[in-house]
Amino acid sequence: MARPVHSDARAIGELSPLAPLSPAEIWTAWRLRWKRRRLLLRALRKRGQLRPLADRTAAIRPADILGLATVRNEALRLPYFLDHHRRLGVGHFLIVDNGSDDGTVEMLRGQPDVSLWSTGDSYKLSRFGMDWLTWLQIRHAHGHWCLTLDADEILIYPYWETRDLRALTERLDAEGRESFGAVMLDMYPEGRLSDREYRAGEDPFATLAWFDGGNLIVQVQPRMRNLWIQGGVRARLFFRAGPRRGPTLNKVPLVRWNRRFAYVNSTHAALPRRLNRVYDETGGEALSGVLLHTKFLPVAPGKAAEEKQRAEHFANSAQYDAYYDSLVADPVLHCAASTRLTGWRQLEAMGLMSRGGWI
Amino acid sequence: MTVGFVMLCHTAFDRAAQVARHWAERDCPVVIHVDRRVRRPAYDRLVEALADLTNVRFSGRHACEWGTWGLVAATQEASTLMLREFPQVRHVYLASGSCLPLRPVEEMVAYLDERPRTDFIESVTTGDVGWTVGGLNIERFTLRFPFSWRKQRLLFDWYVGLQRRIRFRRRIPAGLVPHLGSQWWCLTRQTLSAILDDPDRARYDRFFRKVWIPDESYFQTLVRLYSSNIESRSLTLSKFDFQGKPHIFYDDHLQLLRRSDCFVARKIWPHAGKLYRFFLSPDREGQAQAEPNPGKIDRLFAKAVERRTKGRPGLYMQSRFPDANWINIRTAAPYSQFQGFSDVFKNFETWLGKTAGTRVHGHLFAPGRVEYAGGETVYNGALSDSAKMRDYNPKSFLTSLIWNTRGERQCFQFGPGDRQDINGFVAADPNAQISVISGAWAIPLFRSNANFGDIRREAARLQKIEAEYLDLLRNHWIKARVRVWTLAEFVENPMEPLQTIVDEISPRAMRRLTEVPCMVDLTGFGQFLQNLRNQGMQPVLMGDFPAGDGQPPGNPRRGRPYLVQ
Repeated sequence: MARPVHSDARAIGELSPLAPLSPAEIWTAWRLRWKRRRLLLRALRKRGQLRPLADRTAAIRPADILGLATVRNEALRLPYFLDHHRRLGVGHFLIVDNGSDDGTVEMLRGQPDVSLWSTGDSYKLSRFGMDWLTWLQIRHAHGHWCLTLDADEILIYPYWETRDLRALTERLDAEGRESFGAVMLDMYPEGRLSDREYRAGEDPFATLAWFDGGNLIVQVQPRMRNLWIQGGVRARLFFRAGPRRGPTLNKVPLVRWNRRFAYVNSTHAALPRRLNRVYDETGGEALSGVLLHTKFLPVAPGKAAEEKQRAEHFANSAQYDAYYDSLVADPVLHCAASTRLTGWRQLEAMGLMSRGGWI
Repeated sequence: MTVGFVMLCHTAFDRAAQVARHWAERDCPVVIHVDRRVRRPAYDRLVEALADLTNVRFSGRHACEWGTWGLVAATQEASTLMLREFPQVRHVYLASGSCLPLRPVEEMVAYLDERPRTDFIESVTTGDVGWTVGGLNIERFTLRFPFSWRKQRLLFDWYVGLQRRIRFRRRIPAGLVPHLGSQWWCLTRQTLSAILDDPDRARYDRFFRKVWIPDESYFQTLVRLYSSNIESRSLTLSKFDFQGKPHIFYDDHLQLLRRSDCFVARKIWPHAGKLYRFFLSPDREGQAQAEPNPGKIDRLFAKAVERRTKGRPGLYMQSRFPDANWINIRTAAPYSQFQGFSDVFKNFETWLGKTAGTRVHGHLFAPGRVEYAGGETVYNGALSDSAKMRDYNPKSFLTSLIWNTRGERQCFQFGPGDRQDINGFVAADPNAQISVISGAWAIPLFRSNANFGDIRREAARLQKIEAEYLDLLRNHWIKARVRVWTLAEFVENPMEPLQTIVDEISPRAMRRLTEVPCMVDLTGFGQFLQNLRNQGMQPVLMGDFPAGDGQPPGNPRRGRPYLVQ
């Protein structure tokens, strides 16, 4: 979930080249090493909160690409989510259910390639689900390419229709990369959010066909050298007066996992920090993708009301009341300058993702 | 006569078997070499899968680590076997397990039958190759390489450096001229057997055993001793990316591969089912006679390398964020910033829009809101007009605007009353064209209905800000195209500057300005400046304005500049 991170971010042209041997860098590296260990320990402590409902992890084969998610009441989104990523070549899903009551559990239990855990503990206190997922990654993901997503994120990347995740990860391996970056693209309908109906399993982008094509704000946070991309439709409409608090849109969803790795802040940044180097710093373009965000399905206003009341999604939730209220009011997000989605080639041409040197 | 295929395999044996069967069933003998590091069961399965074919052989196995002698040894042994077992073979084609024939075998046989004495092998002297990994050319032959480039890179580099420092050189055997080239060749029986049966072979082998990446130089060098007719190119379509790794072909490359007219391509992704189905289908008809032409698709690969290494200028996103050393061109396209023009002219924005054929913004960096052209509240790419969002990251704002409007020149007004945070960024951008009429900010004050005390204070503030900006523009690191006129200079002769600016914005138009913007009435402006002076504020940026009636001498028609003939 989107949370503002406070630090002295570097704007375009201000990022100084990394000097790994400077005393300041060594000190930072040391501190981050301990931070990572603390995160791992935290995950270890929270492992008791997870109750296995369907443990099919014995079926995981060594070369499988794993999909991980924490979900709550996502029965509507999960069928398409699972279909899409299965088609991309995810071999096994590891999912934590955080107190669903809409049939999510029953639906997931019936999937042959899903291992399911359940917990009733606090999402917020578990670092928005990351502690639970970190534990599952320690247990099951070592050595696997690992795709960590929310249920409302659909990963696409250059050539995704003809080259599945095996091809992508082989390419990343060949380039010597351990991680793959993507930006979240909020998709929205033409009219009010609740104007059209959506049934589970349908292509959500038939109605969520529009997006903001060029209003991202890009900077880098020097400490972990991770990107900090904000902006998009939510900033345009709901954070006009305080853009710093606007949602964070950069993610590192795909990582060749090691049991010593840990995500720091949702999947926006990870440790060790070399995993955050998903961008090229010398002017070139690295291969990257887009997470199509299906947040604004017709259920969004209702969900916003519930989230506001639960106050589990932001570190200081009270600041986001106005944002929730705007969503509850069932707004129109579309504007004259919105762009209609036609496919990955369009997104690539617009610079929202890049094929790097992959052809 | 026919062609025999030597296949070097180390993975994806199903696909290798499929291709070997394709060739063997069309009367082309195949000798397969399997890397010794492959486990026995996988090897046995491959042997079994091809057991029914009488013209398929398996040769003795060598461990084939990348860049080592094993690959050459494997090729030698397999080729020897091919020449011994299949006397009808005239050309031997070296392929890998991830190769795929793109054209029917008959076409290839016919092609080779027409050139019975030709050896197809890329063979280039070391001085002429530009593609070698690690930058080593002749040194591949003259240094020693005991460490693995892939696994012990630090040691590798250190040892190469050490040998260079102490000037160590191995001696190249007499008679050999080192050549390099693609490892995928097609040689005639005569040439190949001459290489393999050379009485000096043991000596050559000893030398090449310690050469770096001998598979790209052994045959390429020795072929020069025996062949009478070398065609220095590979018949195999094989492309490399900027890291020296082979490009992999996927299902979506089908048309691309067809267009190349090449006989064989590598590397094919083992899961590219569509490619294997299409190119191995028995009823495929070819383009006959067509000459292989990998050049047709070269541009595409060159563009990919450029995208990866140079990127698209002015784009900042999740996989491109150049650091301070690498950011030269900061924006995607040229743009113009005008300071003072909309103060001097009544209808400058409309006029410029019409003259230059583009939309002209107001003050993009105004403190209240972003003044987009036409008063839009959201602009291309859904950019917001919120001043807070712009000021949160003005560089992202400007680069996004320029990126979103590629193909349409952006022009905007600027002034000391605007947010100044962007100044350094614009000034250092080669795409920026900055035109300043210094002191023009005084005109709105002159025409305003405010108390003189407030005007004086505001004038002092604006003059300070503009003076700082002008100082900045005098720095040595400025890359923008900067032009500064004082107000007095400009009013004296407005047409020439306007003509220069418009010519630069739309160079193709190249015509004289016919319609000119309407200048504001400056009667009494000189007196206004004098009043400021009298009140203790020194307006300096306007240049020499006579204290008289405000119009500098020599301008007969007030408010309307004359045309330059």
